[in-house]
Amino acid sequence: MEIPYTVQARPDTGIYNAKLGIWLFLASEVMLFGGLFSAYILLRVGADQWPHGWLSVPLGTLNTVILAISAITTLLAWAACKVGEFGKFKFFHACTLLCALTFLCVKMYEYHDKWIHYEIKLADGTFADGHLVEKSADFDLAKKTGTVTLHGRIVNDETLLYDLRAQKDIKQDEVTVKAADIVSMENYGPWHNTYLALYFTLTGLHALHILGGSIVIGYLWGPGRKMWKTDPERFTNRIEVSGLFWHFVDLVWIFLFPVLYLT
Amino acid sequence: MSDSHPVNFNSYLRRCLYVFIVVVCAVGLMIGASYLPNYQWPTKVAIILAIASCNAFVVAGFLMHLISEKKMIYTVLGFTVFFVAGLFVLTIYAMHDFPAGTQMH
Amino acid sequence: MDATVQQFPPYRKEDAPHAHDDHGHEHHQPGFWSGYVFSTDHKIIGIQYGFTALCFMLFGLFLMLLMRWQIAHPGMPVPVFGPLLEKILGQPAAKGIISPDLYNSFGAMHGTIMVFLGIVPLAFAAFGNYVVPLMIGAVDMAFPRVNMASYQAYFLGGLVMFISFFIPGGAAQAGWTSYSPLATSIPTHGQLFWIIGMVLLISSSLLGAVNFIATIIQLRAPGMTWLRMPFFVWAQFVTAFILLLAFPPLEAAAIMQLMDNVAHTSFFLPTGLAIGGQLAHISGGGSPLLWQHLFWFLGHPEVYVLILPAMGIVTEIIANNTRKPIWGYKSLVYAVLAVGFLSFIVWAHHMYLTGMGTKISTFFQATTMIISIPSVIILTCLFISLWGGSIRFNTPMLFALAFLPMFGIGGLTGLPLGFNISDVHLHDTYYIIAHFHYVVAPGTIFALFAGIYYWFPKMTGRRMNEFWGRVHFWCSLIFMNLVFMPMFAQGMAGMLRRMADGGANYSAAVNARGGAEVIGGLSDNIMALHVWILWAAVALGIAQIPFIINVFWSIKHGEKVGDNPWHSTTLEWQTPTPPPHGNFTHEIKVYRGPYEYSVPGHATDFTPQNEPPSGSPAPTIATAH
Repeated sequence: MEIPYTVQARPDTGIYNAKLGIWLFLASEVMLFGGLFSAYILLRVGADQWPHGWLSVPLGTLNTVILAISAITTLLAWAACKVGEFGKFKFFHACTLLCALTFLCVKMYEYHDKWIHYEIKLADGTFADGHLVEKSADFDLAKKTGTVTLHGRIVNDETLLYDLRAQKDIKQDEVTVKAADIVSMENYGPWHNTYLALYFTLTGLHALHILGGSIVIGYLWGPGRKMWKTDPERFTNRIEVSGLFWHFVDLVWIFLFPVLYLT
Repeated sequence: MSDSHPVNFNSYLRRCLYVFIVVVCAVGLMIGASYLPNYQWPTKVAIILAIASCNAFVVAGFLMHLISEKKMIYTVLGFTVFFVAGLFVLTIYAMHDFPAGTQMH
Repeated sequence: MDATVQQFPPYRKEDAPHAHDDHGHEHHQPGFWSGYVFSTDHKIIGIQYGFTALCFMLFGLFLMLLMRWQIAHPGMPVPVFGPLLEKILGQPAAKGIISPDLYNSFGAMHGTIMVFLGIVPLAFAAFGNYVVPLMIGAVDMAFPRVNMASYQAYFLGGLVMFISFFIPGGAAQAGWTSYSPLATSIPTHGQLFWIIGMVLLISSSLLGAVNFIATIIQLRAPGMTWLRMPFFVWAQFVTAFILLLAFPPLEAAAIMQLMDNVAHTSFFLPTGLAIGGQLAHISGGGSPLLWQHLFWFLGHPEVYVLILPAMGIVTEIIANNTRKPIWGYKSLVYAVLAVGFLSFIVWAHHMYLTGMGTKISTFFQATTMIISIPSVIILTCLFISLWGGSIRFNTPMLFALAFLPMFGIGGLTGLPLGFNISDVHLHDTYYIIAHFHYVVAPGTIFALFAGIYYWFPKMTGRRMNEFWGRVHFWCSLIFMNLVFMPMFAQGMAGMLRRMADGGANYSAAVNARGGAEVIGGLSDNIMALHVWILWAAVALGIAQIPFIINVFWSIKHGEKVGDNPWHSTTLEWQTPTPPPHGNFTHEIKVYRGPYEYSVPGHATDFTPQNEPPSGSPAPTIATAH
């Protein structure tokens, strides 16, 4: 039994099955991220204050460029298949995979950076805000040793912590607070506020897509490539279809970067 | 569909370079726009999203070769975009349409 | 009928120069595991879906009976099953009495199971899988392995939902709509299981939808143009699009609710939320209404996912048993497309009471009224199709005929709910329970029964027993109405849904202040209806026993029939029974529309779609090897 149009395009529609399949899947992805973006708009419009400048723009830019490069190498890998140059395919696909992994590493670093970033409410009404100096320190440890040391600053007004872009030359120092003075202590996890909730959810879901895409790309680069010998046309189609997914993931990031990092 | 695309590898490479330059420029512009003084955030967000949309158009159009796709795919995406727009607009409108006399706290 | 124009030459294997060589699979008899459990054959997957979904529906029915007992006799131990419940569920069912918490969890799970694990998989996935590729003359689905994966995701999702009954605290209790912040505030893990189950089920539906659309667009046999597709295929096509585009926003919402539950975010939790009298320790700033919007963005199209395949099944059966073409085939097609399109912009009519303004309410009221037009067109076409037909009253036809008025009642009673003025009174009462159950239970489920009786001979080569089919039909019809009709009265009298004691406490409290005449009180007559409904529901449950026995008995002992026992025109009957792997033993070409019954001058009263125009030799049906 042979399913028609797995390789050749059907004459009246002009496309092969998998291409239609991936576009349908991407349509559903548009709706998925559409739902999340509508949540973003709604929660942002309804928010009393919205943080600015909480994420590192250089790192975000780096990741944007990395994804752009990977999108291009994906296309070139497909082009290499189309013109029958398998050596080039292997090279460009390896580049894509490398970019994907670099992206994930940068993302991990950024997550970690938020994870060790604490806002501490002190008994005198001020706020200490900054990164933990001892890597493994947490509140429980602080209670034992008696102090918490942050690399950051102390502010009198919590709203100062929101718009970091409006403030020029923020001074960061080692700040040590006594455990006894701490009213509450919370790191910049998704529970911290709506902005971070959106940040972790949106980028987390996006990172899952990157991970899924990397697995597919890795499979096609590794064990999957033996299909090139038996059925090069179908293999080229697979590269095109996986490439379409990869470009979509890039497309999502093109919107995630400005809405989370820049605005 | 292969006839609508160049068969020469270098022409792909050239196209990719153009797209990459556009993407990098767009990213630069967005970052620049976000630091514009004298503008309120809503204006800046609008400018930045406009640039991002152009960027997305280039990526979708040339890397996903959407500018020369088949009618079937346009149809599917057309409906999708319409429904996403409906979801955005109606939800946000519904949340900001209050019965007359509603008092806000 | 000279429509012999062929769009393009039929696909041949030689056309694909590098086609993967997989002969050798063709004549192998697959073993049990690869043949029945991990099969990629659309027919086996269809049967797997059907069997699993029917089991879940039986389970959902059982939950309903337990709930009806609790409503009719609050605080009394459940007869027969009480000790069993206590043994399995422990404290929440102490002494065999269903506690309010358990009632809530049964209510939530009854809805979830019936909608997401019962009817959608049966109507869309099971019938769609088995019938659609056969009807369009395809060898299989476009992506057979994706098809298998979607069944497995469904099965896993069902398993997660089922297991959640047995965890400490029991299954989800926040209703099938899982409104936040209630869903996040209940301190048990049932909701977590519900969300994970839903994510799996949604993924399964998405994969299925992609597969169906690709199959219908790409794998139609030569000559099977869009307007020669049977209406059932059209209905499945639109349904697949609804699933594809409406489910993802709910998946987004489910992910956010998962974050609310697990990562303590506040997507749907407003500032100042108090749980159990204590200010909740949350960051706040979320919007409970956001959940409702995202939920109903799926929730309302979902109604059409439930009903459109049913309409498709009914259309096939009515055309076949009136022995005449469907009246207004094109109107049906355009109407179903219109329904699919409009179903995306009516969702907030479920939310009139959330404090929306008048402008947006008016918008959604208008679209809701507009969507009733194509629905009525479909129903009207089916009614007119009966006119002047020499109707064969066999079991599938009886169910299909009953579908028409039953769905009619369900649809028309929806209109007062679509008007926001009358909805203020009827919202969240038993009236709405009666309304949507009329659409889905005697509506869709009857159509599904009709489909099972109709296509059973194709799956097994044997007909189901007519006599017991009729017993099943009449008992189901009578008791279905006895269950749901009184609920209209209860709802209009003001009885709210979701009350574990059926309103006894509430009613007693009001009546204590001045008897049944007081506004808001429920009279004893209205309360007494609960007992009637209970026994009608029990009888309805018992009425399904003949059906269950009939299915299993007929597999072995039913009357043997040929390949086309109903003398049907559509392609699934023009192939051996049961269809072999690859579906057709000869090349299929389509020359005509789907409903050419009683064509004057033709030797038989049906003209199969693949019969060449007169002059060419008639096709012979090759026998299965």
